[in-house]
Amino acid sequence: MNKELFAYLVIACVKILLVFGTIQLMVISMIWLERKIMAHMQVRLGPMRVGPHGLLQPIADGIKLLFKEDIIPEKASKLLFVLAPAMAMIPALITFAVIPFGDKVKILGYNVDLVITDINIGFLYVFAVSSLGIYGIVMAGWASNNKYSLLGGIRSSAQMISYELTLGLSLIGVVMLTESLSLVDVVNAQGKLWNIVLQPLGFFIYFTSAIAEVNRCPFDLPEAESELVAGYHTEYSSMKFAMFFMAEYANMITVSAIAVTFFLGGWHGPFLPPVVWFMLKLSGCLFFFIWIRSTFPRLRYDQLMHLGWKFLLPLSLLNILITGLIMVIKG
Amino acid sequence: MEVYLFYIVATITVVSGVYLIFEKNPVFGALYLIQTMVSIAVLYILLEAQFVAAVQIIVYAGAIMVLFLFVIMLLNLDIKEEAKNALPFQRIPAILMGIALFTVIGIVIKSKLMQGKHDQYTTAYVNSMGNTKLIGNLLFTEYLLPFEITSILLFVAAIGAIMLAKRKL
Repeated sequence: MNKELFAYLVIACVKILLVFGTIQLMVISMIWLERKIMAHMQVRLGPMRVGPHGLLQPIADGIKLLFKEDIIPEKASKLLFVLAPAMAMIPALITFAVIPFGDKVKILGYNVDLVITDINIGFLYVFAVSSLGIYGIVMAGWASNNKYSLLGGIRSSAQMISYELTLGLSLIGVVMLTESLSLVDVVNAQGKLWNIVLQPLGFFIYFTSAIAEVNRCPFDLPEAESELVAGYHTEYSSMKFAMFFMAEYANMITVSAIAVTFFLGGWHGPFLPPVVWFMLKLSGCLFFFIWIRSTFPRLRYDQLMHLGWKFLLPLSLLNILITGLIMVIKG
Repeated sequence: MEVYLFYIVATITVVSGVYLIFEKNPVFGALYLIQTMVSIAVLYILLEAQFVAAVQIIVYAGAIMVLFLFVIMLLNLDIKEEAKNALPFQRIPAILMGIALFTVIGIVIKSKLMQGKHDQYTTAYVNSMGNTKLIGNLLFTEYLLPFEITSILLFVAAIGAIMLAKRKL
């Protein structure tokens, strides 16, 4: 093996491990932060007992879940039941392969791009991968052999199909402005002006559909506890449940990272190093998710479908139309 | 390297295709079909057709198969339920039609009808421009008429589906 190829492989592996580790860390800290922030918004204290200000609470939760009995229902379809949590987790993680999180840096004489891989169909890749995320939930719902799980799974697939459409269309405006599907190009084009200024409507549609896509409150109908127990993960216990829990947070981080890349200028920003800017913007988006959760009540199912098909979809088409018109007029 | 990858992926594709046919449980059948779709997407990437690969996953694995699974799960078909409304003596005509289909496919492949243009579009040329851009350019210039006809066809199909589903609308 020659030296160049070896260096390339080592750099790629290090980047993958780094990104993977960072996401896992962020998931763990998000679990604590969400409980803390929501508690303070509702004038409570949240976890306080384990460690200073409950900082070790996620670790305590993890240990608790690890030592719980792992129950697989007798009439469940075992293979799918075991496979489903992983299927929910993987798409969220592999989307990060195309998200640029920093500028080029020089390490030990090698030029390193701070993105795992820059492919010319990055935008399509993101949607191809995120559209596979449904299967984890659907499989979990069906394999559990429980009517609440099944209903949760069906609801979730209907919801995700509906909102995937607007999610994709809301980003088309940005792709039109950039004239490239590569996420690195999208970020580079935002050096002077962030896309949120040019595409405010697109950002609004994207964020609304993103919340629905990751099944977060106020769109968390698939796991509406008052009507469906816990939805698709009713029958899950122990670490399998923990994996669904982590998948939800990983998905949240992924859609926030896409929002940062497409609308908030990626790693661009003054004074601070690019990676720090990226993390700051990502944290801002994640805070927004928590804020929304503790603010809005859950939508009813028909309201959800109306919002998706009769309001957001025409609006996103309008956004594309306006963007196209302005681009033609400006030449 | 690519050849080995091709053989591995092609084996997965064919095996999951065969499993799809012989699987009794419709849900597992649908999952095998998804596996087939995804492996075909990998084959497209090996052919340097990244755009087609991404669209393959978005459209087939991400949208159509989800709807398939959705319907199968809603109906919750019994595993042991045999096909009740099979036509009598279905097997022999089915085999004959199958042979006929494969003959037609074979003839078309042999006759070079499906090869299209490749003199100008070498791999290097396509990669210099990017898959997506080239396909877009060709669709909106040279193949505009077939493209528009396809869109009308899909539109008619959508209206037809709504008409069938919502008679009293």
